[in-house]
Amino acid sequence: MGTPSVLWSIAKKSFTVGLVTVTVSDRFASIVPVRGASMSPTFNPKTNTSLGSLSDDYVLVEKFCLRNYKFSHGDVIVFCSPNDHKEKHVKRIVGLPGDWVGTRYDVVKIPEGHCWVEGDSSSSSKDSRSFGPVPLGLVNGRATHILWPPHRVGSIDRKVAQNRVSSS
Amino acid sequence: MRQWMNIAKEAIARASIVVKFICLLHVTDSYLLSSSHVLGPSMLPTLNTTGDVVLVEHLSHRIGKLGSGDLVLVRSPLDPKKSITKRIIAMEGDKVTFSARNHSFRSLVVPKGHVWIQGDNLYVSRDSREFGPIPYGLVQGKVFFRVWPPKGFGSLGQ
Repeated sequence: MGTPSVLWSIAKKSFTVGLVTVTVSDRFASIVPVRGASMSPTFNPKTNTSLGSLSDDYVLVEKFCLRNYKFSHGDVIVFCSPNDHKEKHVKRIVGLPGDWVGTRYDVVKIPEGHCWVEGDSSSSSKDSRSFGPVPLGLVNGRATHILWPPHRVGSIDRKVAQNRVSSS
Repeated sequence: MRQWMNIAKEAIARASIVVKFICLLHVTDSYLLSSSHVLGPSMLPTLNTTGDVVLVEHLSHRIGKLGSGDLVLVRSPLDPKKSITKRIIAMEGDKVTFSARNHSFRSLVVPKGHVWIQGDNLYVSRDSREFGPIPYGLVQGKVFFRVWPPKGFGSLGQ
């Protein structure tokens, strides 16, 4: 007689916890693992393929920036890949709408509502240099702090690449 | 002292109910079903200029059930704060032919992970003919039902 009601209350509790978690992670902040070496040395400074997920960095992603989509140069953002909506990328904003960004071959003007993102490790990063400017609507949040591993806990600073961007 | 404790307990209980309710609202609104107010002439004659209230469901684009001909709510690539309602004309890998601004016909293949969207009223719509194919990640939901005005009440087919 007691078992169904216990099960029911557990189900109810986990449902509530799920609702609250989803809301908080959508509206306020969430924790995201960073895979790969594209943002080295900011994240995953030494990637060891055999250690894999143990050595991954976990970052805190805040969602308040999605209220008015105000970003500045050097912010680290999480966004959906323009080529595959199931993939998420973590990259740094190099250029904002109206800026001119120099690529290897020419200079590109960033259209309205887009941004230019690049990884910190330019050699092993798939970013705007391969898929062009990214619509700001694909942005999922801004990475502000490293939470894991313990010896690297701290806030992520804003780095602006010099001589890459000229605003018009 | 005990009285205050009881009041505080009750306040916390009430507040947690409100918080749970807000969370439930958020989850239904962004993962199941929401309503949206569509303004503007770009979807004539399917949707009116004066503003229709439509229902948007957020399931089929997550499980990849969208196809060409569906009405979708899309985050505008030009201004992320705005949402626009358009019709999917072609999915990734399809070939589209369209007339550009200067009335010349062009055709292209929609790249991987993108969709081609157009308004039903070709003359006033700002759509993929202007800004090109859009990433699938900008799609927010599928418009499937009209609630207002009453004489247009019913499902919005292909």
